[in-house]
Amino acid sequence: MQPIQTNAVQQVLDQLKGFDLYIHLEITNGAYTSHRDKSRLTVANFLRNVVIRYTHGTISGTGPYRVGLKLPNGWVFTEGLTHWEENEPGRLVLAGLDSDGRLNVALQLSPEPF
Amino acid sequence: MEDQHILVVLPHPDDEAFGLSGTLAKHIENGAAVTYACLTLGEMGRNMGNPPFASRISLPKIRLEELQESCRVIGIQDLRTMGFHDKMIEFEDQDELDRRLRELLDELKPGLVYTFYPGYAVHPDHDATGAAVVRVIGALPEETRPVVRCLAFAPGCEQALGAPDVEVDVSAFLKQKTGSIRAHRSQFRFDAMLESNSPEDRQMIERLGKERFWTWQY
Repeated sequence: MQPIQTNAVQQVLDQLKGFDLYIHLEITNGAYTSHRDKSRLTVANFLRNVVIRYTHGTISGTGPYRVGLKLPNGWVFTEGLTHWEENEPGRLVLAGLDSDGRLNVALQLSPEPF
Repeated sequence: MEDQHILVVLPHPDDEAFGLSGTLAKHIENGAAVTYACLTLGEMGRNMGNPPFASRISLPKIRLEELQESCRVIGIQDLRTMGFHDKMIEFEDQDELDRRLRELLDELKPGLVYTFYPGYAVHPDHDATGAAVVRVIGALPEETRPVVRCLAFAPGCEQALGAPDVEVDVSAFLKQKTGSIRAHRSQFRFDAMLESNSPEDRQMIERLGKERFWTWQY
């Protein structure tokens, strides 16, 4: 993956606006978080290939970045995005990788299922 | 005697408590009318009370009630909940956000507006709220623009912005201020804060009597 170029990501967000899209949205702080520090919870979430359609999509921040998608009746929000997959024409693959390169968060949108 | 109308624009219930509740109580005692436009209900907040008494479902209702109590204690006569979604101000349809703010300004014709200093207010909602307020007011004819006072608390904001040009002594209004803080019981544990030894909490308590603002320069 490459460091996010916000202008390029914004262009893809604008292209995908208004279409039915499959979303992969994920957050994880690692399966061993609680094992390493009992005061913390191991938490994770993902949605895979759920269909959404947004009316406004914006990337924001100075890095790590945030993305907000406004839906007819709600929102999709992701914070902590650092990297994207450049060679994915017609779809968007974003991730937040920590300093060890581990995925903490992911946001992917595509007209075809992942 | 102040006969002016003051508009406060902040994104979250509780944003008023530490930053300007004393100043607002002072304005109100001097005769000002205050409208507080709160953009969201803080429905994405993480604090559920400790021990927890709120849930993701009940939090917005609980925070609205806390906000109403805070306004009663401060003396704010007019609370407007604007219905935007917590954490999403920066992603909102900007034309819609600006239009709603312009409607408020047209209706109330405030002489003074309080908001966050864009870029120096830490939370993206704070920055986006301040940016919207100064953008909408900046588009008004110069002679009709209200004075805008901004709250800033980002690290290094004093180096970047200089010292705040407005400092309000609110030591005579601590009853209202602590009442406002206590009203937001799902978000703050004020009694625990009073007894806390953490440097941040100590600093918060020491600074209760002074509120500081930067006047926005167009």
